[in-house]
Order: sequence, then structure tokens, then C-alpha cells
Amino acid sequence: MANLKALRIRIDSVKSTQKITSAMKLVSASKLRRAQIRAEAARPYAERMERMLATLAASAAGNPSAPALLVGNGREATHLIIAVTADRGLAGAFNTNVGRAARALAQRLEAEGKKVKIAAIGRKGRDYLRRDYGDRIVFDVSYAGRKQIEFADAEAIAARVIALMQEGAFDVCTLVYNRFVSVISQVATEARLIPAPVAEAPAAAGNGVAAVYEFEPEEEALLAHLLPQNLAVQIYKALIESAAGEQGARMTAMDNATRNAGDMIKRLTLVYNRSRQANITRELIEIISGAEAV
Amino acid sequence: MPTALEIVSPERLLLSRAVDMVVIPAAEGELGVLPGHAPAIVLLRGGLLRIFEGPQETSRMFVAGGFAEITPERCTVLANEAMPLAEVSKSAAERRLHAAEAAYEAVDKADIAARDAALDQVQSARAMLAVAEAP
Repeated sequence: MANLKALRIRIDSVKSTQKITSAMKLVSASKLRRAQIRAEAARPYAERMERMLATLAASAAGNPSAPALLVGNGREATHLIIAVTADRGLAGAFNTNVGRAARALAQRLEAEGKKVKIAAIGRKGRDYLRRDYGDRIVFDVSYAGRKQIEFADAEAIAARVIALMQEGAFDVCTLVYNRFVSVISQVATEARLIPAPVAEAPAAAGNGVAAVYEFEPEEEALLAHLLPQNLAVQIYKALIESAAGEQGARMTAMDNATRNAGDMIKRLTLVYNRSRQANITRELIEIISGAEAV
Repeated sequence: MPTALEIVSPERLLLSRAVDMVVIPAAEGELGVLPGHAPAIVLLRGGLLRIFEGPQETSRMFVAGGFAEITPERCTVLANEAMPLAEVSKSAAERRLHAAEAAYEAVDKADIAARDAALDQVQSARAMLAVAEAP
């Protein structure tokens, strides 16, 4: 029979764990709302940027001197994987999912005989990828202790990526991040950054409007400004979606943890009450049989 | 038929409404956009964006560079940063100008792209200061 005092302590400990998890759930819920609003506020810019880029890309397509950021440098030997994760854990499988997706991608590319380089955004992803791919991490960024992510942060990452590109350190760049589908669902997604995916470009050219755009200054100069900006916007979008997803994942994880702790308290309390009852019965039997013996 | 004007910065949608005319600070000079303007994509420099409704100028906004997409029906301004005039402060503008000038001093003058980018920053900061000082 379990010791009553030990059970009591155990129940108290689970209760305090439950208090922490339910507090974390509430905090995540309120942070999630803010993060979601930010993610939605950033969407119009990203959408219009895409539309503009599609127009420009359509008219630059086929141009042999098109910038490398748009069409790549024609090689596919070295890949840069940018993995976006959170800086903090206790969010279920949120960070592991991105880490696993990045690792699967790296394994696939290396199996094809290509070289892989990794940029880790977020402390958790860096720690995860460092184990297997420590020598391939070219830079890592952490926003631990920061309240929210600004556009300037995305610009800083984009600048580093562009600098690496100009050094010829990689040919193709892929972003791996958690796409925010809903509060309870975040999907680890791969998005190609360089060369820019211009799948929509033929459609834009097809409707005839794109062809008559005037450019000021001329296309190349415009693209030279637009492409780095687009890269920053894509990264910013991934960062804030990931930030919103992190809060959603943590909320779900903490909700589960709170519920599990509740179940455990119920079970332990039952055992505790039974033991107590058994003890009382035993003592009564002892007293009665003692009295009878006299 | 008015032009549907939209001003967006990476962080939010600042303005979306129909206006009669908007004057945008394009890289190669101010550009007035009226309904029916030929489709164009232009680069912006830092400067003042002015909105006209009827014959009157109804509001002004500072944009720190960016792009604009113009079609006969709409004008979409993708500003790197945009703020209503009331939010432009002289001290912030001066700080930014100092930072931009320091960055320009530090930049490798042989690297034309980097030099031009730094120069754009200086120009944008100067425009911000001019806007802040204007009555």
C-alpha cells in the first residue's frame, strides 16, 4: 500500500505543475492573438509585392542578364537551407517538425551528391541541427529575450543571405518554416527563395496587362531594388508566421498538459482516498479485535 | 472615377481609399497619379506623398523609399516605411540622418551598389528631416 504522505506530496507536486501549464496556456493565448494580428497585417504587403514581382519577372524572363536573385546562377551544386524555429521549447512538436523537415531535405540533397549549408534562425533549431550538421551551419540568429520580430530583423537576414550569394557560397536557397494553418495546426513547409519561383509569371503575361507596364527607372535598376526587398519580405512572412505558430503550438501543448495533469490528480486522489479508507478500516479492526480479546 | 489608393508598409496596411489624385515621390521626380494613368511600376525615394481630393490637398504622408504600382484604376504604394506627418519627429529624423551619414562614410566607395544604397539612405533621411522641419 502506498505511503499516504508520499501520495500527498505527489498530488501537490502535480497540482503545481498544472498551475504552471495552465498559466502558460493563458499567456500563449494572449500572445497568439497579437501575433496573429501582426501576421495578418503583413499579408497585404507580401501579396502586392508578389504581384509586382510576377509582372517584372514576366518581362525579365528570357533576358540572359537577368539578376541571379531572380533566376539563380544556373547551377544547383550547393544548397542553403534556412530553418526557422522558435527560441523556446515547450511547444509540442513545433520545433522538432522544422528540424526534421530540414534534416530530411539535407539528407535528400546530400544523397543526390549536392552540398548543403544551413542557416539556423531560432535557438531550438540551431541546437537540433547542430548535432548532425554542426559543420554545415554557416550562421545562426537567435531572438531570445526579444518581445517581437521587426521587419528590420528580416532585412538583416536577407542582407546576410545576399552577401553569401555574392560570394558564391551557394546556388539555391530554400526556406523551411512552420506555416500557420490554424491555431491547432502548423505545417513544416519548404519554400524556394533563390531562384525566385515565378510560377505565376506566365499567367500575368498571358492576360496582356503585364506587357504594357512602364518601368521607371528601367527594369534592371528596379529589379535590383525589388529583389532584395522581396527576399526580406518572404523571410519576414516566415518569421511572423512562425512566431504566431509557436504560440498556437504552445497553447495546444499546454492545454494537453493541463488536462493530463488533471487526470493524474484525479487518479492519485482516488488512490489516496482508498488508502486512507483502508488504513481506517484496518485500525478499527485492530481496536475491535483487541477489545474482543480482553 | 477616382483612383483606389493603397499605402502598405511591410508591417501594416496604412491607408486604403479612393482619392482624386496622389502625388508620389518617384526616384526620378515627383509623379502625379490621376485616374486613367498608364500602367507603370516606379521606384520611390524618401519624400512626401500628397493626397488630393477635389482641388484640395487633404493629407500628406512621409514615405522612406519603396515602390509603387500604378494601373488606370489603382495606385499601390509599397513603402519601406510610411508614416503620417504627425508621427514624423525632428529628433528621430536627425538621428536617422546621422546614422545614414555615418554608414555612407563607412561604405566602400568602390562598391557602386553599396554606395548608391547608402546614398539612398542619406537622401531618405534628409527628406524626412525636411518634412519634420516644414511648418
